[in-house]
Amino acid sequence: MAYVVERKPLTLAERLYLPQIFAGLRITLKHLFAPNVTLQYPEERPAIPPGYRGVPTLVRDPHGREKCVSCQLCEFVCPPKAIRITPGAVPADQPDRLHIEKAPQAFDIDMLRCIYCGLCQEVCPEEAIFLQNQYSLSGYTRAELVNDKARLYELGGTLPDQHYKWDKKKGAAEHGNTH
Amino acid sequence: MIQPLPSDLITVNVDGKDIAVPKGTNMIEAARLASVEVPHYCYHPKLTISGNCRMCLVEMGLPAVDPATKAPLMDPATGKQKINWMPRPTIACATNASPGLHIRTNTAAVQDCRNSVTEFLLINHPLDCPICDQAGECKLQEHSTAYGRGYSRFVEQKNVKPKRTQLGPRVTLDDERCILCSRCVRFSKEVAQDDVLGFIDRGSYSTLTCYPGKQLANNYSLNTVDLCPVGALTSTDFRFKMRVWFLKQTPSIDCESSVGANTEVWSREGVIYRITPRQNDAVNDTWMADSGRVLYKAVQAADRLSRASLNGVPTTQEKALQAAVDLLSGRGGRVAAGSVNGVAVVGSGSSTVEEQFLTRKIADKLKAPVALVSRVDTGDKILVSADRNPNTRGALVTGLICALPEQKLSALSAAIEAGQVQVILSIGEDLIAAGLTAAQLAKVAVIYLGTHQNATSTVAQVVIPTLTVFEKAGTLVNQQFRLQKFVRAVPGLGGVSDDLVSLSHLLNALGGSTLGSTLGALWPVIAAEVKVLAHTTYDTLPSTGLLLDSATWAGLPFIEGETLHFKPVTAVGVKS
Repeated sequence: MAYVVERKPLTLAERLYLPQIFAGLRITLKHLFAPNVTLQYPEERPAIPPGYRGVPTLVRDPHGREKCVSCQLCEFVCPPKAIRITPGAVPADQPDRLHIEKAPQAFDIDMLRCIYCGLCQEVCPEEAIFLQNQYSLSGYTRAELVNDKARLYELGGTLPDQHYKWDKKKGAAEHGNTH
Repeated sequence: MIQPLPSDLITVNVDGKDIAVPKGTNMIEAARLASVEVPHYCYHPKLTISGNCRMCLVEMGLPAVDPATKAPLMDPATGKQKINWMPRPTIACATNASPGLHIRTNTAAVQDCRNSVTEFLLINHPLDCPICDQAGECKLQEHSTAYGRGYSRFVEQKNVKPKRTQLGPRVTLDDERCILCSRCVRFSKEVAQDDVLGFIDRGSYSTLTCYPGKQLANNYSLNTVDLCPVGALTSTDFRFKMRVWFLKQTPSIDCESSVGANTEVWSREGVIYRITPRQNDAVNDTWMADSGRVLYKAVQAADRLSRASLNGVPTTQEKALQAAVDLLSGRGGRVAAGSVNGVAVVGSGSSTVEEQFLTRKIADKLKAPVALVSRVDTGDKILVSADRNPNTRGALVTGLICALPEQKLSALSAAIEAGQVQVILSIGEDLIAAGLTAAQLAKVAVIYLGTHQNATSTVAQVVIPTLTVFEKAGTLVNQQFRLQKFVRAVPGLGGVSDDLVSLSHLLNALGGSTLGSTLGALWPVIAAEVKVLAHTTYDTLPSTGLLLDSATWAGLPFIEGETLHFKPVTAVGVKS
């Protein structure tokens, strides 16, 4: 049912209209002399704060060896099921990869599915997957937006951590109480 | 009315709760009957007791009696018999329950024992869980969560032992993970009857190894992998393939022989990764043969039949079925229309009971003679029998055959030579392997329903692809006449219909009836027509199977020898 809404009558200041004009002009003038906040993207890029969750990547240890052992915990924890890993064994006859038994054969992250939650990074027991600073992502096809293992390592690079897990294993085997 | 306890039951008290257990039950099983879990590593219900892991320590007490008069000593405070608690804990696995035995599993002392055992076991255990295949089904992992301290006080260097020793063609050993429970050693000696495993060296140098010059190569070696409470023994086939928490378990049956070992099929997204035994104390205990564990590879084999074909040209399922109906009914030109002779059916001892029932219906409709091919090999007296057809007895039960099949189709061969047979309907049997010659097959039209390519499928006029046992559901009758069901583990190959769909289509198109093609529709008909299966339905069939009345077939000369839980019938009516 239609009913009538009573309107408040305008005050004198409102009827004059000038205070609003000047208030608006004040804001305009303030921004005219304020420092510029517009970023000329993509020529200019924002500074990424620490702890930013960008595109998930795989990292290598300081010796350039892959850290991922394909335990598939990230695949398990991933809420949108964006990660898909094919595990594989590392042959025993690779001298630079002694004491490494398992590594991913294939490692795909579907960036169309990824929600950048960072659970994969949190769950990783080997500290091999990190959400880094990359945030801009585009492609012409769906397939392009599935990051494979090579692409993930290219994005991830090397992490300067001091764990040297495989060196410790090697040292234990060489100097430890071997049987 | 309260029944008096049968004489072989005794009363024990677990954590303050009285429970009746059979005589001779050890304390772990007694506690299990009282729904109390006693953690253990070395104890296995189907193996002898070794008592070396010390994880199952519990407090034990016995009712107090006067040493001189043997009269019960009563506690005046409670009015009950006093309990003499042992001052030290006992291992629950090696202590049998006695009348009035009291067990305490939840005291601080027991908790302390478990914590200490766990800490000692973890001293030299590598931090391998991320790459360990056992992770997710590892007893050490589970008990460490429950009884571990969460951090290590061990500051010395951990033991380093060989990480990938090949114990045999199918088993890989990681010595660092081994907790020396000796389950595998006992299994090899007691069940597999192949005593090749043992421990060498002492203390922290102790290592599981094979007897020099020998290998863990027997057909039951992969059971040691299932037994291993940690990830020390791993299956070379399954190693690093998939984490177990992704895998879906489906109850199935081992189809390699008429033993019908119960199995669990582990699959993920339609791909099978491994097969493990499923406990059935009347058939296979907790074991199965290695040869049955690789059968899943047939699902994705390169020679799998994936499309129907007509004279070697791929066609649709409908056209192939129509061509088969035409051939069988005489419209195909091979058999004179209206003639009831000229068609022969070769059924299969590998088909399910339901498929055999439909095959019989088709044969009845065509009044065609039915032959089955028997596959005979030597049995190993454990879980592989001489009859390598998993469902020979199903064919007897459903009435597909009345006598045991022969290895060669000699009668059919003679009938072809005599010109009496023009069309052969073969349900998954390779006719050339079964003794027919290519020249004989050239004289007849062959309709072949099967899963894989073979000599028969290449010469068959009509080929209709079917599903493997992992892609369909059904029942099988094993050598004990035990009706056992299996469930579909993975979806069928794209474009391939279920065997029951194809068979019931053939039957219905031949004008036989309007039988359904699902288990739910078929079982009421089967139960009504087959006397020993009366009142049986697929859904209500217990997971351990149903022993059928085999008196009708007691006189048949079955070829199976003795296997685990099966003794061949020596005289009519005598069966163990």
